[in-house]
Amino acid sequence: MDEKKRGRRKFIKDSLVNTVALAGVAAGAVTTARGQGQDAVGMAPERRNAFTGRSAPSKFVKMARTMPPETPGYTPLQDMVGVITPNELHFMNTHYNLPEIDPAAHRLMIHGLVDKPMIWTMDELKRLPAVTRVHFLECNDNSAASLKGGKTAQGHGRTSCAEWTGVLLSTLLSEVGVQRGASWILAEGDDSGKHSKSIPLEKAMDDTIIAYGQNGEPLRPENGFPLRMVIPGFSGVHNIKWVRRIKLVDEPYMTKAEVASYSSVRPDGKARWFMMEMPPKSVITRPSGGQTLSGPGFHEIIGLAWSGRGAIRKVEVSADNGATWQPAALQGPVQRMAHTRFRLPWTWDGKATTLLSRCEDERGQTQPTLAELSKAWGVPADWWKQTRNPINLFNAIQPWRINADGSIENGFAFI
Amino acid sequence: MVSRSFKHLSLVVGLLSCATAFAQSAKYSGVGRAPSATEIKDWDISVGPSGKELPPGSGTAKQGAPIYAAKCAGCHGVDLMDGKGGPRLRGGEGTLTSLRIERSIGSYWGFATTVWDFINRDMPPTPVRGTLTHEEVYALTAFILSKNNIIKEDEVMDAKSLPRVKMPNREGYVPFNPVYKKDAVRPHGSY
Ligand code: HEC
Repeated sequence: MDEKKRGRRKFIKDSLVNTVALAGVAAGAVTTARGQGQDAVGMAPERRNAFTGRSAPSKFVKMARTMPPETPGYTPLQDMVGVITPNELHFMNTHYNLPEIDPAAHRLMIHGLVDKPMIWTMDELKRLPAVTRVHFLECNDNSAASLKGGKTAQGHGRTSCAEWTGVLLSTLLSEVGVQRGASWILAEGDDSGKHSKSIPLEKAMDDTIIAYGQNGEPLRPENGFPLRMVIPGFSGVHNIKWVRRIKLVDEPYMTKAEVASYSSVRPDGKARWFMMEMPPKSVITRPSGGQTLSGPGFHEIIGLAWSGRGAIRKVEVSADNGATWQPAALQGPVQRMAHTRFRLPWTWDGKATTLLSRCEDERGQTQPTLAELSKAWGVPADWWKQTRNPINLFNAIQPWRINADGSIENGFAFI
Repeated sequence: MVSRSFKHLSLVVGLLSCATAFAQSAKYSGVGRAPSATEIKDWDISVGPSGKELPPGSGTAKQGAPIYAAKCAGCHGVDLMDGKGGPRLRGGEGTLTSLRIERSIGSYWGFATTVWDFINRDMPPTPVRGTLTHEEVYALTAFILSKNNIIKEDEVMDAKSLPRVKMPNREGYVPFNPVYKKDAVRPHGSY
């Protein structure tokens, strides 16, 4: 059907609906005469048609997570403003399937070294005192892919930030009564492979949330519907989605994720394991890799900074490849273990240059250069690209190369 | 009961005393219930390094060989090396310091209980997980450990012997025992 015809049919349909609606008014004149004005009666079609049960983005907006053949599920950080990741764009990964869980059938059990094991339904969990907090989640291999020289999402998009609502795990642990000798918890999800992970009891008691809400609505299936753990600052693999069971134990359980998949071997052959807190990191998101500056003149530089170890205290930006650094403004409120937006006014002179950002968190920990990180690992700078070893907790300063034609490339492509 | 455990918990994890007092008074009546012993038993599939959750049963590599050939070799290869779709289950000894690192059960995994737990939980992944009997999981674990030259072909793996198996790379993890110190300042590149 061509546009014109479709338009005419729609018009006919609208007028029919309208006629029926008007007839309804006539017939029910007595009851509706008090003019509640709560229904669509009398609304012009163009107005009535403006309403939808759930909004979709404008057809002009093309933001989406990365999809195969690229590594899928990365958040398009380069297109985002603010600090909250919309739920449909939150990065996602899964070790197994994407389970479809009926919340009415879902249960959480806590057992092990406790006085009184317990099971809760979703309705019961929602009756308990809750908290709402903003936290980022980040995969422990996030940013390592940037070493391949790609664009922003492909390099850094395995992090997102949301407002989570749920019960503090400490509330549930006080209900079951933790026994002497418990030092870790083992948490398990209800995916097909029952992904499980050990978490120190100290962190479980501190600020871990058993969350059912994400940005004001129920969690999305990709992010753990109906129930997930949010362990502020701990790498993604710890934040068990579709959580169904927590066991209080006296030692880490040495799951495959711990002894194999999520460990990383140093050049001396020794494996770093139980890497839990994500280190401080910042990334300029505009202008950034894959974008193009439309021309010389004013461009606000914006980016995101976060640390698994508290709040961001400082972000500095260099527009001359590290020769000079200027403090960026931090967009408040600056929250702990949350993305923090930074901004710096910048006027581009049209010449080739490199943009860098570096941050510092509340513990005074800073973001290293690639050279500093290489020194800490005891490897030459080209080791990162050659090793087949998984690279975890990679937080080297990201260089974005601005070319004279305004195109922007990933500086890591040139090492 | 609760107050007793809370008292020592406050010592262990350093809860503030006011939080302790509050927790003692705040019980949420009518919310949640006690699971039955069967429910706990059915859900509690995790096996830790002490092996205390390992179920009754036993198996040897000899018993595992035909099960492996029937249910695993398709994805992991007859010789555990050349499978289609599954990772190698042996090899890579001596590669941990090289750029061409190969991490396998033999060259890398620090705990034999992890092999049991993973096979029991996840293998074979198709058509559905959880189809192996405990006897089969013991036998398959023994088969893989034996093919990695970690145990002998006729060594019996059960709840007692499996946790005692010394994996070649157990000393290869730093720190030897995982630690978490909440407020520690960590240098660049550390964890
Ligand atoms: C349909 C293919 C398939 C079959 C059949 C299969 N596996 Fe696997 N196996 C895989 C895949 C894929 C992985 C990697 C999964 C992961 O990393 O989560 C894997 C991983 C493993 C691992 C962990 C190895 C490592 O180094 O990460 C073990 C052990 C294992 N399988 C044992 C078995 C045994 C024993 C059987 C037979 C009962 C079996 N598998 C049958 C596909 C299969």
